[in-house]
Amino acid sequence: MVNVKEIRKDFPMFSNNPDLVYLDNAATTFKPQCVIDAVTGVYTQMTSNIHRGDYDLSHRISTAYDQTRTHVASFLNAEEDEIIFTSGASASLNMAAYGYGLTNLREGDVILSTEAEHASNILPWFKVSEMTHSKIEYISLNEKGELTVENFKKAMHEKVKVVAISYVSNVLGYINPIKDITEIAHEMNAVVFLDAAQAVPHMKVDVKELNVDFMSFSGHKMLAPSGIGVLYGKKDILEKTDSYMMGGGSNARFDMCGNLLLREIPYRFESGTPAIEATIGLDAAIDYLEKIGLDEIQTREAELKRYAIEQLSKLDNIILYNPDAETGIITFNIKDVFAQDAAGYLNSKHIAVRTGLHCAKMLVDILKTSDTIRASLYFYNTKEEIDRFVQVCSEITLEKCIDIFF
Amino acid sequence: MNEMLKNPAVLREIIMDHYQYPRNHKLTEDDSYKKRHMASDSCIDDITVQSKIEDGIVKDICFDGVACTIATSSTSIMSEMLIGKDVQEAMKLVENYFNMVEEKDYDEDLLEEAIAFQNVSKQANRIKCATIGWKAIREMLQESEGEVNE
Repeated sequence: MVNVKEIRKDFPMFSNNPDLVYLDNAATTFKPQCVIDAVTGVYTQMTSNIHRGDYDLSHRISTAYDQTRTHVASFLNAEEDEIIFTSGASASLNMAAYGYGLTNLREGDVILSTEAEHASNILPWFKVSEMTHSKIEYISLNEKGELTVENFKKAMHEKVKVVAISYVSNVLGYINPIKDITEIAHEMNAVVFLDAAQAVPHMKVDVKELNVDFMSFSGHKMLAPSGIGVLYGKKDILEKTDSYMMGGGSNARFDMCGNLLLREIPYRFESGTPAIEATIGLDAAIDYLEKIGLDEIQTREAELKRYAIEQLSKLDNIILYNPDAETGIITFNIKDVFAQDAAGYLNSKHIAVRTGLHCAKMLVDILKTSDTIRASLYFYNTKEEIDRFVQVCSEITLEKCIDIFF
Repeated sequence: MNEMLKNPAVLREIIMDHYQYPRNHKLTEDDSYKKRHMASDSCIDDITVQSKIEDGIVKDICFDGVACTIATSSTSIMSEMLIGKDVQEAMKLVENYFNMVEEKDYDEDLLEEAIAFQNVSKQANRIKCATIGWKAIREMLQESEGEVNE
């Protein structure tokens, strides 16, 4: 069992903001003291650059940095040389799309995705398809907005070389059937790119079990600092991936005749001085999550989500778009109130949520609206916070949303 | 200033009225109109504002899009205030409005119904909603001033 009262003591944001109900965890999460200490520890005790420093301090920080890679690998059940550090999920997705796509896609090839993807997972492919004259096709979602194996099978064909999808949708919070999708994709020789930004912080993710080829996520959505993200790539796929960012850190030797010896994988993908303190913060964040247990975290969030849906369902001014999704993402609207007005009212009562505008036609067809409010939970949220959130939602009317300005 | 415009209930009614029945809420295909599509990452309001500025006069303003109460009503009020004004006068009203929203010195008497947004800066994250349409017209007015000078 997660002892939430004890856990909340680890997060200074709670004691510093006693009135705040923070329900925007899908955007970013609070940081526990151990992560903050790990970051400041770099500044106060270990400042120096990693690798190649001919002194003890640099050796110490290099060891701490490398240890994070080992830790991330074991956390995902991957190999160490399959873990590339980036500045975040968006950088990971771009690195994979350009690095693999530009060298491996040909005219007429197809990139298969869905219309529920985050911009960072689809926009790089827009560019890659333009540059390689390949094509993007979309898998139909079912009436609830879910990606099903059946629909995936229908959309799959021999021209599909890349499947770019998310593990958990950031809009509707469904857990996609990745294992089955990967199996089918591989049978037809397509490579699977998984955006796991909304999955890795909330559940156990095993890359060997999923058998995906690429996977990306951000540290800041899982208690770590911003500025650090991960790209996982299968070794043999990384061999076929171009490291388009060149510079210090990516090369072993080069001369002015143009001879270049790239460093081994994964270092060839990591040019320049990385976010060292953020990386070491990620190490501490994974430690913290592992101590609680990812299965415990998933169970707790599912329980909180069920409770929230149960309470929200009692209100007659609420439209719920994803009551069945198992993760902590609640997508909703207040009847006859524009999402941003309702979010503004919630903000005036110190409840932090986020509104979203959905451009994808398919998603608009399913939701029957272009704008929604998203409340997203993490394991440190409480039933009391949900009660306050539900209470405020129950009060919302158009008039009240305007009254906050007087 | 009209005493009525000091009554919060009246101001609320003004916003409600302009949100539920926005004025000049349509777009035109007429290409003598200037056009600004206003959408940003920090806010879900997404509106297009068009204006016809001819002989130094704001002949027409219209807008449409998906937007919240504050963005819709402030743009609607803006359109009513500025249609028929000459560019310099319109610019003065626009700057005065921005001064109010940004908590600088401003002239209450020039604001008419736009005084309803007097307190918008109290909800700092909504300032962008109250200014989205006004930014669009400011850009178009500036552009037309440039054209006159050329």
